[in-house]
Amino acid sequence: MALTKQLISKNCGKIKPESIDGYIQSGGYEGLKKALTMQPKEIIAEVKAAKLLGRGGAAYPVGAKWEHLLEIPHSPKFIVCNADEGEPGTFKDKILLSQDPLRVIEGMTIAAHVFGSHDAYIYIRGEYLAIQKVFQQAIDNAIAEGYLGNRILGTDFTFNIHITSGAGAYVCGENSALLNSIEGKPGYPRIKPPHLAEVGLFSMPTLVNNVESFATIPTIVLDGGNQYANYGTADSGGTKLICLSGLVVNQGVYEIPFGITLRDIIYNPEIGGGIANGKKLKFFHLGGQSGPCGIPEQLDTPYCYAALRSAGLSVGSGAVVILDESVCVVDYLKGVTEFFIHESCGKCTPCREGNQKVYAILCKLSDGTATTQDFKLLKRLITTMTAASFCGLGQSATIALATCLKHFSAEIEDHLHKKCPAGVCFQEQERAAI
Amino acid sequence: MHKELTNEQVLKIIKANGNSKERLLSILLEIQKASGHNSVDEAWAKIVAQELHLPLTKVYNVLTFYAMFSTKHRGKYVIEICKSTPCKVTKSDEIVQMFEEELGINISETTPDNLFTLMHTGCVGACDIGPVAKIGERIYGNLTKEKISNIVSLYRKGDTNGINQAANF
Amino acid sequence: MSHYQPDPTKSVTLTIDGISVTVPEGTSILEAAKQIGINIPILCHHPDLRVRANCRICIVTAKGQRKFKTACSTEVWSGAEILTNSTAIRDARKTVLELILAEHPQECLQCIRNGSCELQKLAKDFGIQEIPFTPSPLVGELPIDDAHPAIVRNPNKCVKCGRCVEVCQEIQTVRAINTAHRSQHYEISTAFEKNLAETPCVSCGQCVAVCPVGALYEHDDTAKVWAALDNHDLHVVVQTAPAVRVALGEEFGMDSGNIFTGKMVAGLRRLGFAKVFDTDFSADVTIMEEGHELLERINNNGPLPLITSCCPGWVNFAEKLYPELLPHVSSCKSPQQMFGALAKTYYAQTSGISPEKIFVVSIMPCTAKKYECARPEMNDSGYQDVDVVLTTRELAKMLKQANINFNSLPEESFDEPLGISTGAAVIFGTSGGVMEAALRTVYEVVTEKPLGKLDFDNVRGLTGIKEATVDLDGTTVKVAIANGLGNARILLEKIKSGQADYQFVEIMACPGGCIGGGGQPHGTTTVTKQGRMSAMYQADKNSALRQSHKNPAIISLYKDFLAQPLGHKSHKLLHTQYKTIK
Repeated sequence: MALTKQLISKNCGKIKPESIDGYIQSGGYEGLKKALTMQPKEIIAEVKAAKLLGRGGAAYPVGAKWEHLLEIPHSPKFIVCNADEGEPGTFKDKILLSQDPLRVIEGMTIAAHVFGSHDAYIYIRGEYLAIQKVFQQAIDNAIAEGYLGNRILGTDFTFNIHITSGAGAYVCGENSALLNSIEGKPGYPRIKPPHLAEVGLFSMPTLVNNVESFATIPTIVLDGGNQYANYGTADSGGTKLICLSGLVVNQGVYEIPFGITLRDIIYNPEIGGGIANGKKLKFFHLGGQSGPCGIPEQLDTPYCYAALRSAGLSVGSGAVVILDESVCVVDYLKGVTEFFIHESCGKCTPCREGNQKVYAILCKLSDGTATTQDFKLLKRLITTMTAASFCGLGQSATIALATCLKHFSAEIEDHLHKKCPAGVCFQEQERAAI
Repeated sequence: MHKELTNEQVLKIIKANGNSKERLLSILLEIQKASGHNSVDEAWAKIVAQELHLPLTKVYNVLTFYAMFSTKHRGKYVIEICKSTPCKVTKSDEIVQMFEEELGINISETTPDNLFTLMHTGCVGACDIGPVAKIGERIYGNLTKEKISNIVSLYRKGDTNGINQAANF
Repeated sequence: MSHYQPDPTKSVTLTIDGISVTVPEGTSILEAAKQIGINIPILCHHPDLRVRANCRICIVTAKGQRKFKTACSTEVWSGAEILTNSTAIRDARKTVLELILAEHPQECLQCIRNGSCELQKLAKDFGIQEIPFTPSPLVGELPIDDAHPAIVRNPNKCVKCGRCVEVCQEIQTVRAINTAHRSQHYEISTAFEKNLAETPCVSCGQCVAVCPVGALYEHDDTAKVWAALDNHDLHVVVQTAPAVRVALGEEFGMDSGNIFTGKMVAGLRRLGFAKVFDTDFSADVTIMEEGHELLERINNNGPLPLITSCCPGWVNFAEKLYPELLPHVSSCKSPQQMFGALAKTYYAQTSGISPEKIFVVSIMPCTAKKYECARPEMNDSGYQDVDVVLTTRELAKMLKQANINFNSLPEESFDEPLGISTGAAVIFGTSGGVMEAALRTVYEVVTEKPLGKLDFDNVRGLTGIKEATVDLDGTTVKVAIANGLGNARILLEKIKSGQADYQFVEIMACPGGCIGGGGQPHGTTTVTKQGRMSAMYQADKNSALRQSHKNPAIISLYKDFLAQPLGHKSHKLLHTQYKTIK
């Protein structure tokens, strides 16, 4: 099995991103042309056959989502592209948005054809301001060439895409918070149900998919869902963009077919190329800050939704952060938790208060004042935050912590006795003692 | 020193965004960018509220919710150091120290000439070139002491070409 | 708008803790559980406000689902098997509660809400004895905003439930406070962290009414009243608003729906007030003045509709947000201020007591009245017309401090003459009451015929906006009534745009009118308000006199002192002017 497969990333770095000609020459817009000859249900059947799971992180089956929205009789329906890529360690949507924006636009246009939508919004995170300009140029070019706007490709189909900029809020990656933000409001997540398919943007039925999900649609329509699915495993259709960062030799974005192992990803020269500076792998953090941490013993797990899930791991956003033996787990988790403290919207108790209390306990561990009682508290916090938080942010904020407590209990317990095996904590105290 | 944004310019920004409530974030981002001090003054927020028929409390909620906004004056250039874990493990802490030394200020402070403000930020999506700093729309990655000195001096000189060339994107 | 609407004509059957229950579609798990005697704990939830599901105290589990659901926000579904009590649920709820308590100052004994605090009750019910989490350094360090004339904000005590925001933004549409910042800095704030006094706040006090803890409360003015009562040089008189007598008993454990006029009067007398008078007296005066103002405007093409001015929260709203409609607002002072002006002139004259010795205390269901009495123009008697305003809650506190067993007090009567009133005045305390009282008098003044049926049923009730057409023996008068400032806003926009052609409009700032005032006992809900309202109409029904112009004390007042409605003296003492406040 090939370790990489350029399906949706094939144009990246190879064509002028916003150029219609370049995109057409590399096979662009064939998917849309074919889609315009197909019935919505036929297209959805292909998406279902593709076994495409949402690429933003939640892995909800895209076909089922589309099928549900199609059944809702009300209109207009809005198409929304979630380009608020905020999971630390994730930068794959950025590559698509900046290097092949027309693929994303084409995918959104096909979705609009399926749902009879006339308007779509793409919510691009504020940190990608420069990319927003490229994307807008691509939209303008598509309109000029008749691929977007009024009477697309000479048909009666009219469809426009509007860019909305984020302004620095990770929680807006949560779809309902994202819709609030598009409406010009703070990105507080909404109470669900009602589902966004029913009451979404401006209270209308709405489809929200991730950039990468939309980018796969032209390929699925053109090549057929079965062929796409065959690139992957039985449960996980197709390919995935993964992002390697941290202490690995080859950082960057790679498109891999589902099913290769974590070992392939981290060590194969074609992908990660091993641990930087000749150090040893200590653990890896998958799917963003909200994802689980894994250990070298799990390296032979195939990278696909089912296998990772049964190993207590997950695909999430596609982030793979590599950590070596110099990293202290407690210190690392402090970083993770600081991120969630910064990004919690603050409206629900478990997430707002819980993250702060988790952080306080981790600080006690790293300065040697923690007790076994604090361990119990950590476990209570994990349970409560996971099950009782308002939205996915709070519910997943302690996943890394929970997995590390499992894999590194000895190292964490060492901290009760002022020992840090990685030699990161207690440095100042030791210096003070000398 | 920068020239204060006039009320007319604020109104122009609002109008260019179609006086639309849903454009609130963009309007505020544009005002902040044009402000010269990387922040949105209360007086401008009041104009925005009035023109968009929004209560001032709702504008303030947005201004304080999103990390990119500030209601307090900042430097002409805001240097944001990513402190998320992929950058943390590539030693972003050391980068902060280097910037602090280079600028003669601590994190969260502004230089006395109001040119730079140094801040932490969450992930900016450039984890493959960590440790990174974001200055305005530009990202600078794989930072070292030399690179930092160079970047700061380019900004001090206002060397736009150099600023762009040094940026990763 | 959303097409997603539950159909309450359909019913849904589910089980909660193994008990089967059938409820209309759209019912929350919280409400369904209540029907079978299961009280799921709540903190951010308030039955009259939109659901927010922020606090996460009301979590329950549903069979087959991994994550908790919040009972307040989750609608029932057919066949659901809900569990509201298990070790996992209790543990998680307790953790949530401990997280809130860790950030809450531990000073219950010094708190204004000691005994009426919803967080304190939860802590008691959960048997909290220690809080395992370390408080953040911010606890207790935030500045208290007490610059506002009526309302104090103590952000240290705030549990961030968002009720006050909901009521200020959505119900009242005053929009003085909102959520701001995020995560550990998430707070309820004014725009740009200004003092509440520098915001559009109209002092309605609905935020105070819904606050579950001691984060929002009225200025405690009881000490000023105790001091006055102790000062034997002063002649301290008290007036009581109509809505106080139907709510005061609740502070002493009695149900709403009863009227406590006699006990209230007896209690006030025992506190040491020289005279116990009634704002109902000046409510009757208001009807005389405002009724004639209406007729004058109708006859002389004055600005119509005439809008009532009894409610200071509404007057503040008009001055701050609808200055262009100020010419429509009746120039009549509120009954409280008419009382104050008359107490220090008419009563001073008839009793032979120097007005400088008279100290007027008001007992009001209202926080805005505290602001109103301190307005600089409210001194037409030559002195501050009303010296101190206490809320219903503050009066209850004074009675308790004076060791008075309220429940066993005898029934006593108001003093004369400023204690004589009619049923028309009693109903001022509920939405539609001023309108009905005015119509009862205006009809007879215009037609010079006796009004057959005194009840105007179509202006009654808690509906937000009510409209009616009244036949004054051939002349039709179109009237409208709004309660709650959000509803008032809708009505005012209709008036502004010329879509409405009313002659007379009643506006009360608080939902339901004064029965739902910001100074009423905590725990007020629509159900409580209904009880208070029915008690009020019952009192009206039982009154010997039910029309203001038939009040003998009013007849004497005009004969001996004011001469005639809208006359020279009335204009000096009983009418006022408004100004735009930006």
